[in-house]
Amino acid sequence: MSLAFLFISALTVAGGLAAVALKNTVHCALALTIAFAGLALLFLDLGAQFAGFAQILVYIGAVAILVVFAILLTRGSETPKDGVYSKHWPGGLVIAAAVFAVLGWAILRSAPLLPQDSATPSVTVAQIGQALMTRYVLPLEIIAVLLTAALIGAVIVAMHEKEGAQ
Amino acid sequence: MIEQLDQIFVLLLHWILAWLPAALRPVTGVIINVATIVCVFPALFAICVLLERKGLGRIQNRYGPNRVGPYGVLQPIADGIKSLTKEDIVPLSADAVVHFLAPVVLVVAAFLGFAVLPMGRNMALVDMDASLLFYFAIGASTELSVFMAGWSSRNKYSLLGAMRAVAQMISYEVPLLMSSVVVVMMTGSLSLVKIVEVQNQYTYGLPHWYIFTPWGFAAFVLYAIAGTAETNRSPFDLPEGESELVAGYFTEYSGFKFALFFLGEYLAMLSISGLGATLFLGGWSAPFAFLTWVPSWIWFFGKMMLSILVFIWVRGTLPRLRQDQLMNFAWKFVLPLTLVNLFVAALWRFMGEGWMRWAVCSAILAVIYAFMCRVGMRREHLGPREYRYAE
Amino acid sequence: MTPLAGFLLVAALIFSIGLAGALTRRNAILVLIGIELMLNAANLNLIAFWRYGPHPEALTGMMFAIFSIAVAAAEAAVGLGLVIQVHRHAHSTDLDAMNRMKG
Repeated sequence: MSLAFLFISALTVAGGLAAVALKNTVHCALALTIAFAGLALLFLDLGAQFAGFAQILVYIGAVAILVVFAILLTRGSETPKDGVYSKHWPGGLVIAAAVFAVLGWAILRSAPLLPQDSATPSVTVAQIGQALMTRYVLPLEIIAVLLTAALIGAVIVAMHEKEGAQ
Repeated sequence: MIEQLDQIFVLLLHWILAWLPAALRPVTGVIINVATIVCVFPALFAICVLLERKGLGRIQNRYGPNRVGPYGVLQPIADGIKSLTKEDIVPLSADAVVHFLAPVVLVVAAFLGFAVLPMGRNMALVDMDASLLFYFAIGASTELSVFMAGWSSRNKYSLLGAMRAVAQMISYEVPLLMSSVVVVMMTGSLSLVKIVEVQNQYTYGLPHWYIFTPWGFAAFVLYAIAGTAETNRSPFDLPEGESELVAGYFTEYSGFKFALFFLGEYLAMLSISGLGATLFLGGWSAPFAFLTWVPSWIWFFGKMMLSILVFIWVRGTLPRLRQDQLMNFAWKFVLPLTLVNLFVAALWRFMGEGWMRWAVCSAILAVIYAFMCRVGMRREHLGPREYRYAE
Repeated sequence: MTPLAGFLLVAALIFSIGLAGALTRRNAILVLIGIELMLNAANLNLIAFWRYGPHPEALTGMMFAIFSIAVAAAEAAVGLGLVIQVHRHAHSTDLDAMNRMKG
C-alpha cells in the first residue's frame, strides 16, 4: 500500500471520527468537510478524476454548507444541557463495532479471491458524457426529476407557515 | 527567435532541469512551477492593489496614494510592511483553531485555481482532462473559508456578513457554471488547454474567440456578472461593505491574517479574470492574425489585467446592490438567461454555417433579454411600505 | 493485502463510524452527518471495485457513484429542511426528547 493511500486514509478516518464525536456541532461539520476532502483524494488516487472533482464540488461546496446553515438555523451551536450523546449510546457503539467486524472479516477472508492489481484505466470525461447520453440516459432523466422534486420539496418543507412569507 | 521568446519560460525550466539527475527532475520541476506561481501572482496582486487605489481615486476625483515613491508606486510595499508588523489580535472568545485556519484555506484555494490556467502556449501547469471542473471544485471550497472566518469570530456582525457572503456565493455559483458549460458544450471538452486551442484559429484575420458569437457574448456578460458576485466585488460587495457591516466577515482579523484575506480576495479576482479570458477571450491567442509574433503569455496577462481594470472601473461607478436585490437578480434574471443561452448555443450548432444562425440566435437572445427586463424584474409592490416586526 | 482490500477496509471503517454517529448522537443534524458518511463510504466501495474490477471501461462503478452523489445531495437537502421545520415546532433538535408518539 502506498504512503499516499495510508496518509489520506488516516486523514479521512480521523475526520470521520471527529465528525461524530466532537461536542461542538459546527466543529463536527468542519471535520465532516475534512472527511469529504479525504474521500475526494482517495477517488483521485483510484484514477476516478470526474468522481473526485464532483465529490468536492457537490459535497464540500454544497452539502457541507447546507449542514452548516441548518446548524445555525436550529441553534445547534449552543451546547445542550443533557449532553450530546444519546441515552442508548453503548448499544449504538456495539452495533457499529459488530458491523465493522462482520465487514472486515468478509473482506480479509476473501482477500485471495479479490481481483489483483491492474493498470489504471484511463477514462476521459468525453467517455463519461457518451455513456450518460447512451447507456445511462434513463437514470440521468430520473435523477433530473428527482433533484427537481427534492428542490421543490425542501423549499416547501422548510418554508414559514404563515402566508406571504419570504 | 519568436518561438523561443514565446516559450522562454518552458525552455528556462528545461534548462534548469537538465542540470539535475533524472530521478530528481519531476519533483524539482513541480517545485519550480509552484514557486513561480507563488512569486508571480502575489506580485500581480501588489500591482492590482496599486491600480485599484489610484484608479478608484481618479474615478472619485481625487489622487490615490502619492506619498510613497514617485506617483505612489511603492505603496504596496508600505502596505505589506504595515500588515506584517501589526499586532495579531484574536478575540478571547473566538474559536482559535478555526479562526487561524480560515485565511489559510482561502489562500490555498485561491492559489490552487492557477494551476490549470493556460498562461501561454504549453504553459498550463497541469493539463488535466477535467481541468475546468477542478477549477470550479476549488472555487466552491472558498465559500467554506468565508463561513469559517465569520463564525469563528463569535461576533454578530461577522456572522451576519459571513451568512450573506455565503448565500451570495452559492446563488451566483450556478450561473457561473452554466455560462461556462456553454463553452464546454461548443468545444466538446472540459480541458482548458483544448478550449484555447480551438479558439486559436483565424478566419480573414479575425480569431475564433467565443466572445464574437451571440451566445458567447451573452455567456461572457453573464460570466462577468457572476464572477463579480463570486469574488464579492462591487456592486455585489454588501458582505464586506465598509459602510454597512463594519468589515463583514473579517472584522476580527488584524495584521497578517487580514492581509491574507485581502490577498485571497484579489487572487480569486485574478483567477476568475484569467478563466474568463481563457474561456471567452481566447486565452493566450492574439486578437489578429498578423499579431501572432507577440509572445502568448503577454496576451494572456494583458487580457487578465484588462479584466481587472474593468472590475476596478465598475467598482468606482456602480452603487451597491442590497442583499435581496442581489439574490433576486441571481435567481430570477441571470439564471434563466443562462439556461436560454444554452438553448441558443445548441440551436447555433444545429443550424449550420451561414448568416441565418447569427440572425436567429441574436434575435432570440435580444428578445428574451428585453422580455425579462420588462416583465421579470418589475417591482410589483409600489404602495405604502409594510412593516414586519420580529417575533 | 491487496490494494483493493485496503480501500474496502477503509470504506468499511468509515461506514461503521457513520453508523456509530447516527446511532449515538442526540442532535438530528449529527444523525444526518452520520448518514452522509455512510453514503460516502458506499461510494468509495463502488469506485474501488470499478478500478480493480474486471471491466473498468464499462464505467459502471463510476456512473453508480456519480448518481449516488446526486441522490445523497438531494436527500441531505430534504432531510435538513425537515430538521429545520421540526425545530420550529418543538424548539429543539434533541431526538431523545421527541418521543410523543411512543407507547
